[in-house]
Amino acid sequence: MSEQEVKNLEEIFEARIARDEKIEPKDWMPEKYRKTHIRQISQHAHSEIIGMLPEGNWITRAPSLRRKVALLAKVQDEAGHGLYLYSACETLGISRAELYEQLHSGKAKYSSIFNYPTVTWADMGAIGWLVDGAAIINQVPLCNTSYGPYARAMVRVCKEESFHQRQGFEIMLSLCNGSEEQKAMAQDALNRWWWPSLMMLGPVDAESVHTEQSMKWKLKRKTNDELRQQFIDQTVPQAELLGITVPDPDLKWNEETGHYDFGEIDWDEFWQVVKGHGPCNKERMDARVNAWEEGTWVRDAAMAHAEKKNIKVAKAS
Amino acid sequence: MEKNWPLWEIFVRSKNGLEHRHFGSLHAADAEMAMENARDVYTRRSEGVSIWVVESINITASNPADNGELFEPAQDKVYRHPTFYNLPDEVKHM
Repeated sequence: MSEQEVKNLEEIFEARIARDEKIEPKDWMPEKYRKTHIRQISQHAHSEIIGMLPEGNWITRAPSLRRKVALLAKVQDEAGHGLYLYSACETLGISRAELYEQLHSGKAKYSSIFNYPTVTWADMGAIGWLVDGAAIINQVPLCNTSYGPYARAMVRVCKEESFHQRQGFEIMLSLCNGSEEQKAMAQDALNRWWWPSLMMLGPVDAESVHTEQSMKWKLKRKTNDELRQQFIDQTVPQAELLGITVPDPDLKWNEETGHYDFGEIDWDEFWQVVKGHGPCNKERMDARVNAWEEGTWVRDAAMAHAEKKNIKVAKAS
Repeated sequence: MEKNWPLWEIFVRSKNGLEHRHFGSLHAADAEMAMENARDVYTRRSEGVSIWVVESINITASNPADNGELFEPAQDKVYRHPTFYNLPDEVKHM
């Protein structure tokens, strides 16, 4: 294709997106659109898969059967969300094997929030309430994104996500209405998860390298800072309802702007965790790679069995 | 010796009386496993009463580049629609 032809196609493509038309897998798309989507969708899928680990830690120790079935169902949903997203990503011409390879080799990233440890049961409450809360704020606008398979996967994800947040908040509520020790446990979890949850919504707009292009392609419909403000505005009253304190001395309602002002985020910590130096990066990666490697014989056996059956069927006919 | 599991397309009938609709895809070694996985991945909340699984390589899809010749000819055939025909108002339901 000549340069001029590509340019024409690009113009038609940009016009389609501007008209809010969806792009489907076999449609022509600029290489950069394809690559950016592979990066974002796979990162999202990897986050769902790694995100099962911190919560999996508490399934066997859930305090009641009610909590246990809920947590199990939530973790199973996350596996499902990972699978919807991997499938959506594969429609862009990358194989599942390549996607896993990128995760296991550290080439692809996942949400850095999952590199923090889950040390008490209250962390299950805080994760559902805050981490899933932030995720929902991130994900709802994506139901309208320009790439059809991604938008469709996100519709399904968002439908299922609201139970996750509600079960987390209910855990926090029970703890806050419990003994002094239980309430202290809830406060401690909020203290540890508050700032990482704010970081989860991404670097400040001025430093976000992908925001501008992603907004244009409707891969992103609100900037990181807008999403973060929305998260804070909606979460602070919920903390008040629980009767616990958001660990930010600078947090204050601003009558003029109609939003909460908040303190400085420690971005050094964020980048340290992104670069692999968080408290659990190594543990998460090891768990994931082990699961994959130790499952090799199962995958091979299933494939061998399928092939053997096919041969039998072919001989019989 | 690793061989990757093939990709399957999953179609689900959400209730009797409705058609099967494409829900997504997944990897599985064979049809039986594709069915079991489809049940776990796509119908965790009673989304369906029937599932079809089809190996993706068996689907032949039209190419968007051919959309002109495939679909445009239908556009100027307005006489295929009931509103093309002029009837007096007295004919109420037809």
